[in-house]
Amino acid sequence: MGLFDVILPYILSGISVGGQYALIAIGYSMVYGILRLINFAHGDVFMVAGLMMVYLAASLPIYLAAPLVVVLTVALGFLIERAAYKPLRSAPRMSVMISAIGVSYLLQNMALYITGGLNKNYPVIPWISDSITVLGATTKRVTVITPVLMILLVIALMLLINKTKMGMAMRAASRDFETSQLMGVKLNSVISVTFVIGSFLAAIASMLFFSNYPGVIPAAGAMPGLKAFVAAVFGGIGSVAGAVLGGLLIGVCESIIKGMDTILVHSGALQSPLELATFSDAFTFILLIVILVFKPTGLFGEKATEKV
Amino acid sequence: METINKRKNLNSACALAVLFLVVILMDQLIRPTDSMAMLLTVIRKGSIYALVAVSMNLLNGFTGLFSLGQAGFMLLGAYTYAIFTIPLDERVFVYKYYDYLISVSFPEVLGNLLGGFGLLLGVILALILAGLVAAGVAFLIGLPVLRLKSDYLAIATLGFAEIIRAIFIWGKLGPLTNGSNPLKSYVRLNAFQLHIGDTTINFSTLVPLAFAAFCIWIIVLLVNSSYGRAFKAIREDEIAAEAMGINLYKHKQLSFVISSFFAGVGGAMLAMFASTVQANNFKSTMTYEILLIVILGGIGSISGSCIGSFLFIAASEWWLRGLDSGTFLGIDAPGVFRNGFRLVVFSLIIMSVVLFFRRGIMGDKEIPEVMARIWGRLRTRMRGRAGKGGEAADG
Amino acid sequence: MAENVLLMEDVTMQFGGVVAVDNLSLEVNEGEIVALIGPNGAGKTTAFNCITNVYEPTNGRISLNGECIAENHPQGKMKALYKGENSGKYQRIVRHTPDQITKRGIARTFQNIRLFSALTVFENVLIAKHMRARHNVFTATFRLNAKEERRMREEAAALLEEQGLLHLKDSIASSLPYGLQRRLEIARALATGPSLLLLDEPAAGMNPQETQELTDFIKQIRDSYKLTIFMIEHHMDLVMQISDRIYVLDFGKMIAHGNPSVVQHNQRVIDAYLGVADDVAD
Repeated sequence: MGLFDVILPYILSGISVGGQYALIAIGYSMVYGILRLINFAHGDVFMVAGLMMVYLAASLPIYLAAPLVVVLTVALGFLIERAAYKPLRSAPRMSVMISAIGVSYLLQNMALYITGGLNKNYPVIPWISDSITVLGATTKRVTVITPVLMILLVIALMLLINKTKMGMAMRAASRDFETSQLMGVKLNSVISVTFVIGSFLAAIASMLFFSNYPGVIPAAGAMPGLKAFVAAVFGGIGSVAGAVLGGLLIGVCESIIKGMDTILVHSGALQSPLELATFSDAFTFILLIVILVFKPTGLFGEKATEKV
Repeated sequence: METINKRKNLNSACALAVLFLVVILMDQLIRPTDSMAMLLTVIRKGSIYALVAVSMNLLNGFTGLFSLGQAGFMLLGAYTYAIFTIPLDERVFVYKYYDYLISVSFPEVLGNLLGGFGLLLGVILALILAGLVAAGVAFLIGLPVLRLKSDYLAIATLGFAEIIRAIFIWGKLGPLTNGSNPLKSYVRLNAFQLHIGDTTINFSTLVPLAFAAFCIWIIVLLVNSSYGRAFKAIREDEIAAEAMGINLYKHKQLSFVISSFFAGVGGAMLAMFASTVQANNFKSTMTYEILLIVILGGIGSISGSCIGSFLFIAASEWWLRGLDSGTFLGIDAPGVFRNGFRLVVFSLIIMSVVLFFRRGIMGDKEIPEVMARIWGRLRTRMRGRAGKGGEAADG
Repeated sequence: MAENVLLMEDVTMQFGGVVAVDNLSLEVNEGEIVALIGPNGAGKTTAFNCITNVYEPTNGRISLNGECIAENHPQGKMKALYKGENSGKYQRIVRHTPDQITKRGIARTFQNIRLFSALTVFENVLIAKHMRARHNVFTATFRLNAKEERRMREEAAALLEEQGLLHLKDSIASSLPYGLQRRLEIARALATGPSLLLLDEPAAGMNPQETQELTDFIKQIRDSYKLTIFMIEHHMDLVMQISDRIYVLDFGKMIAHGNPSVVQHNQRVIDAYLGVADDVAD
């Protein structure tokens, strides 16, 4: 087996998981762009979407359950915004962030209550969970579908943002919250649409993500959520293209770090494994800190200076 | 002015002494099987959480630095404490898969030299070391991170806490940290007993309470000092603070390091309370919980954080227990009141505080202020009544 | 011995392609009251921010009492973008943080009042004393410096007394009426023990009577605290009454300077404020 054959599966799964992070990251990025809020609950919405699929698929056929999950997730995102963020529109930014942390805590505890803290097996979605072979590496079809689907969704989103009136309102709101309001932009509906889009993408991402994992636990959303946020920061918050790039990069790096020991031992650089896989999660944060220190506004972000 | 302060200090010292005495008495009288035994747990765990919450409040409430790294610093403290207090004979059994690196146990060394008092001294030494390790790491983290603004600071500190956790479960550091296996057999709260003849006096509730009270007292002194004022100035307006000659970076770093020191001590005390130390218990959820305690008590109020902690612990460990086990307030509904319901109710309470009572229990006031205000109001009312009585008599 | 307290030489401040302050040179001498005037957006506050090192000028040098407090030349990306003059004249890079500038004796007020609004009047002034107190975090926390703390409190109280604010000592700063907030901001600046005081539109939002009071007040603090005052102001009555000299900025460039009567009759100044007739015709 050549070195390439050892590395390839990691890259493939990296692109796949990166595409899923990218879909979640778009939700973070859009919300932050408009509300300047790190929506800590977004990762948990993603987890709840996974759980809903588990419970709905138990009693409904998949082709009914899947669209229903998307609709319910969108409704959840909308509801969270209306119940937990809208009342705090005029409050200091930190209060809204604390509210987001509270919602995240609530969703996790509710999931804990409903599941009893047990791992819930994710239903097998036919076709996308089938095994296929790519360049000699065996993987699930979802690995290949994710990047394709992600690109299609991003194109659709770009069209929405750049070509429609709602998209224009969103861009205006993210540029200047107060002024756009004076110009007749209906902020509440813009914000709701942002949350709807974000939750929609999170629901899709959850189906792709959990198809590759054995199951859903209440804490399952926390880590992917944080990673997706880092992806959004990396690409420059508010930038959809940046979020996609950030998501892919983090996914690939993480996957390669998971396989680093195998790769290094195989290539002869190492005699015994270094157990580097421990750092596959931490790596994301190392990347985050490096980015924040050297280019605090991300790769595509705009610079903001405070007026004195 | 000064005599009033002295009298106030004397009063608080007396109150504290009485409280300590009551706690010592309770520790002797309440058996582990009594229904009131929960009260002891609440005092122990509540004091520890109070210390951690106050340390977080120093940073988030008084300096205006929104940091979410508390769990990471607690982890550092807990591990440091455990590593330096495991008796030498036990180390082989604790570090099953590694050759342990550190072979010194403070309480053991000092205990052999000085007896029971040495044990206490060794524990205190280990606690201070726990704080210093956390503070040292905080200093290093602060160098890049404290230049960041509000929410970026939050996410970066959260990130560092996760990195610290990953480092501690890394197999290659196993000889020091025991990898992903728990540390145990270190000196726990139940070690604090005094044997006089046949009678045993138990201090396992007094110790965490007294340690936490001492640390919080120091934070109160700091907050009320000139440096505390400088921290508040930074919270109010960074640019104006800088224009007043306050070195932003130095003061933020100070606040961050001091807060982390006490978070480290708090983490070490949490280790004393629990039976094992494991990196995976110090996840971001722990930070969130502490943050929510601070919010519940009122951001910028030290007494608020203390009240919040005891309420949080009492509710989650004691009062709302029934919600998890079938019967609550006489309502019997095992279908609804099962495992986990307590936390759901609890998070709903927290959310309503966040949304509708944003100032929390105490706002940014402290107990003495509130007491003085209530007392003042009562007095004017009494005087008003007396005045009316007088007029009536005149007529 | 330099007589000028503040000296700005060829100071240019460029944000990307926008030149906010263009090759500004000026001096403020000891004991003077000097005004910096100009239409909105002329770069006055930017000049103040350069002096206090909130911004780091793109080019030029600023000195306080003959000692350089900021010096820079275009570097990196700025090299290509730089539109000003004298880019080769300054070689050193000297920069500080705003707090170091305050420590060297420049205090300032802000255009939009920036008090520590949730703190009391007394605390606002006390905070300004923190910088010069002899203490560290240990001695301060454990009250090993009781004398120093008492001294700070006495000095702060004395200052409030002089400013007629002592009776409001325990009020929350944000609860004060606007005029008193301005007064407090100046008191707080004085508490840092400055030799040069920068006032950014001290009379903004004041009625004619309050402005008149302020005029007397500024003269009085100059005399009693032996200050040099450099201020930005729009109220021309005030400027003309108390300024020893005036500098006029327009689009970042200095277009006139001199004593009040000279500036008042300068055609370019009149054009800048009223607009040139030709512009309207165009």
